[in-house]
This record gives sequence, C-alpha cells and structure tokens, in this order.
Amino acid sequence: MLRGKFKKTETIPAGEDFPESTFPAGGMPDTGRETGKNRSRKEVPDGLFRKCDACRKILYEEDIRENWYCCPECGKNFRIDPWTRIHMLTDKDSFEEWDPDLTGDDPLSFPGYEEKLRDMRGKTGLTEAVVTGQALIRGSRTALGVMSPDFIMGSMGTAVGEKITRMVERATAERLPVILFCCSGGARMQEGIFSLMQMAKTSQALKRHDEAGLLYVPVLTDPTTGGVTASFAMLGDVILAEPGALIGFAGARVIRQTIGQKLPEGFQSAEFLQKHGFVDRIVRREQMRTTLGVLLQSCACR
Amino acid sequence: MEQKMEQNRTAWDRVQTAREEKRPHASDYIAKIFDGFMELRGDRLFGDDRAVIGGIAGIGKRYVTVIGQQKGRSAKENRHRNFGMMKPEGYRKALRLMKQADKFGRPVILFIDTPGAFCGVDAEERGQGEAIARNLFEMAGLRVPVLAIVIGEGGSGGALALGVANEVWMLENSIYSVLSPEGFAAILWKDGKRAAEAAEVMKITADELCEAGIVEKVIPEPEAADREHMDELAGYMKQEILSFLGRYDRMTSEEILNQRYERFRRMAVPGSV
Repeated sequence: MLRGKFKKTETIPAGEDFPESTFPAGGMPDTGRETGKNRSRKEVPDGLFRKCDACRKILYEEDIRENWYCCPECGKNFRIDPWTRIHMLTDKDSFEEWDPDLTGDDPLSFPGYEEKLRDMRGKTGLTEAVVTGQALIRGSRTALGVMSPDFIMGSMGTAVGEKITRMVERATAERLPVILFCCSGGARMQEGIFSLMQMAKTSQALKRHDEAGLLYVPVLTDPTTGGVTASFAMLGDVILAEPGALIGFAGARVIRQTIGQKLPEGFQSAEFLQKHGFVDRIVRREQMRTTLGVLLQSCACR
Repeated sequence: MEQKMEQNRTAWDRVQTAREEKRPHASDYIAKIFDGFMELRGDRLFGDDRAVIGGIAGIGKRYVTVIGQQKGRSAKENRHRNFGMMKPEGYRKALRLMKQADKFGRPVILFIDTPGAFCGVDAEERGQGEAIARNLFEMAGLRVPVLAIVIGEGGSGGALALGVANEVWMLENSIYSVLSPEGFAAILWKDGKRAAEAAEVMKITADELCEAGIVEKVIPEPEAADREHMDELAGYMKQEILSFLGRYDRMTSEEILNQRYERFRRMAVPGSV
C-alpha cells in the first residue's frame, strides 16, 4: 500500500528503491522557499567566476548560487558557511540563534592560538565553529546546529562542545528534535585534551535526548572526520549525508602513511559509508529541506 | 611510599616511560589485583579483537567486570595484540561486556593503554567512528560504577572510548592526550620531530591532568612501574579500587548516572567575546 507512494522515475540510480527525488509524493505543507533562485547571500566570495575543484570547469558564481552552491557541471557540493545553510533550510525568518557570544578559552596557553581565533572571527564573522539555535523547517520546530568549514576547519574545541551540548540539553528540556550539520576536521588540537573531552560531553547529552524519545538527525557534510565522526556525527536515529562528502575517522593520508595500505576507490566518501551501512540516505541539497521536513513530521507522533 | 624517583621529570620523559617495554600491561594488573579472571570473548557481530581483553573477576568478595587494552611484549605478541590498537569489533566487545555488567549489577574496571584506535581500511569499513561514538553514548547510560585507570598511553578517542567513567585515575608515568605528541607536532608545526616540545605544552601528564580536573587521582610510582617488581604498586591499586567500590556502594544508580554526567559536563571553559 505504502509502496505506491514511492514512485520510480527515470532518475533512479541502479539498486535504489526509494530515491530521494520521489519522496514525498507532494501534498506536504510548505511555508518557505523551494529553490535557491531567490536567495541572495552576501557570504558568496567576491568575483564573478570560480573554478570547480572537482571537474576543473570555470563557473559563474551566479550559476553556482542558483544551483544550491553545487557545480552546475559535475554536481560537486561546494562547502558553504553556516548562515547560507540556515537560509537554505529554514522557513523564512524562523531561525533564532542560541548562545551567540559563547566562546572557549586557551586552556593550553598555546602559542598563537588567541591570535588565530581573533583572525578567524574577523574572517568568518562567526564567534566559533558552530552556530546553534532553533528554527522551523517546513513548519516543524527543531533545534538546529550548523558547523563551519572555514573556522579552523570546523574543529571541535571547548566552545563547540559546549554550544552543541547546550543546544541538545535545551532541546531535551523543551522536547525538540535536533538536526546537526556536521563538518569538521575533528578535535581542535590547540585545546588538547579539553577538546577530546567534548566528544564524551556531547555524546552523553545526546544519550539523554535519546532517552527522552526525541529525534536526532546528524547530516554529514564535507568533511566530517576524526573526533566528530567518533561522537555526535554517528549517533543519529537517522543519519543523512551530502553527495561526495568526505566522512571518516582516521585521515586517508594517516592510514596510507602509518599502515602502508592502498586505499580503495571512493574510500571514505558518503557513498562508501552508505554502502558499508553507516548512512541512511544521501541527500542532494535541493532535497534537504523536504527530507528533513518529512523526518521531523514522521517523528513528531508521540 | 618512598621518595619519588625524580622530581623533575619532563613530560617527554614520561612519554618514554609510558611506552617502555618493561611496563606492566593490563593482563599484569589484572593478574595481580584481582582474584581469578574469566575471559569472555567476541563482539557477537564480527570477531574477537585481541587488542582488548575483558571478563569477570573477583575483588574483595565481590565480582566486577574488568576490561583492558592489551599490548604485547615481543614483536610476535604485538602483532597478535595489534599494539593495543583496537578495531571496531574491540570497542563493540567492550561495550557488550559493559552492558552485561550493567545488567547484572557488576561495577566496571577499565585499564587504558593504547597509542590510539587502529587506523586502517578495515577499521574504517566497519565503522571505527561509529564504534567509538556508540561507546561514549552507551557508557553514559551505565547504572553501575565505572572506574578507568590509565596505565600507559591514553591515546585520543581510542582511549576515551573506554574512558566515560565515574572516576579516571592515572599512573604517575602514564599519559593521556588528544593525539600523540608526534602527531600533534606534525599537525600544528608541520614537524613531527618537535614531539618533545609538543609534550611539554599539551598537558598530558598525570599531575597536569589532575590539576586541570580531567582525572581524579594520580597513582604514585615510587619507581617507574616494572612488571618484575609490581607487587607493591598492585597492592596499593587494589586498596584504592576497594575504597572506590565502597564509596559508590552508598550511591543509587540515579546518583551514579548523574555524577558521571556532571563529571564530563564540567569539562568546558566557557567564556564570551
């Protein structure tokens, strides 16, 4: 009976029974924008052209923007900053930021770290490598966190760990689901063992959120590695990923150097992880809102 | 205990000591501290990782679950034990045994001694990240007291995956770090040879971590631990473990859960711009 709702179309990749593009079969409420066309964000780097780092084609920035910040030629998902992501996903003007001013410290007094943080804040306009808050996605209220690929590689130090933990704890208290766009080089080295402890801190907060019967969906974007992969990125009720995203625990270079092993084709790509059973769905950017909207509605029954 | 062997040991000296061949391994402590040890093997999903051992043991008229990362001594033994570097099936075996302990109300004692989680193609294929994450998540829900003791190297997420405990203790010459000093220097200074310098800034020694509130207790080593002469050390550790168990006997499972949660919850240094 349900099967009729998952109509097959010509875009179905081989072996894929329920392709993203056919779900849902229309009729879902939608309160926001559906395409990338009417979005104008200042975060786009200056300049008219960009070279795709995957297919090497020269592209118009305008075309990239209108194509959900993906390469119009090869489909490569370019990295995007948290605010662009939030605008793409959430219902108009629905995002409310939590803990916008929270920052970490320099627990190792690591040479040059304070300057690096200041520099990063100037360059990105962010205070830390994650933006957290709540928003509506296709009418459903949810806690939402988005990590920044540009802020010290999205690495997790005490501030990132604290912001994510506070978001999850508040979501548990207010009975909200959590959606977290992961993007990280792993634990932030400059904060040493204090960064490592954030893996335990965030995971235990998610445990309580889980025990409260609430939905958690991590979305793995390029790149999701190290201590983030080994904590909140892998703890979802449903785990989504963007096409082609690099996802892994140990870096490919580290594996090659330390073990001297040859790496298989497509190693640590989103598709590789899905094949090995660690990702539920690989979702194209233009389908992300719809997919999250369906998940939020389908898990709001209790 | 006697005078410490050297007061001014550098962090790098301790890294060397932590990795010494004569240093006792998990199996040595298990044999000396506990009465009998019945090993239980396998993760029920894929295999039995020999880089970690676990099972049921007795201590002071009670049963506990003991799990330890196990290094080898000879080249052959180290191949067998994979140098104490666990794969996903190892973390999943450890978790299975911890959940079994939870079911039957046995406290859990963990010995941490690993350079880090294994980095390899097979480990990635079987979800090394997921296995570690799952341990962090599920250990947060254990209703029995959990004690972790770092006996040698506490390497990164591979160590933390057995480290979500009510208390974490370190031997005086053990280290606990986000990454090896060599890796840290390679990443931040693009020069792995500056490892000694990295060790000094990383806060990886037992004393520094105790002061920073990351661990609760430093187990003194009047002489650097040596498996040939470890009776006194093991006797001291046994008394401390018994006293830990006695303290947690007085707590409800709710209190045990909350105490562990708060322990990690504190580990932040929030500020604001």
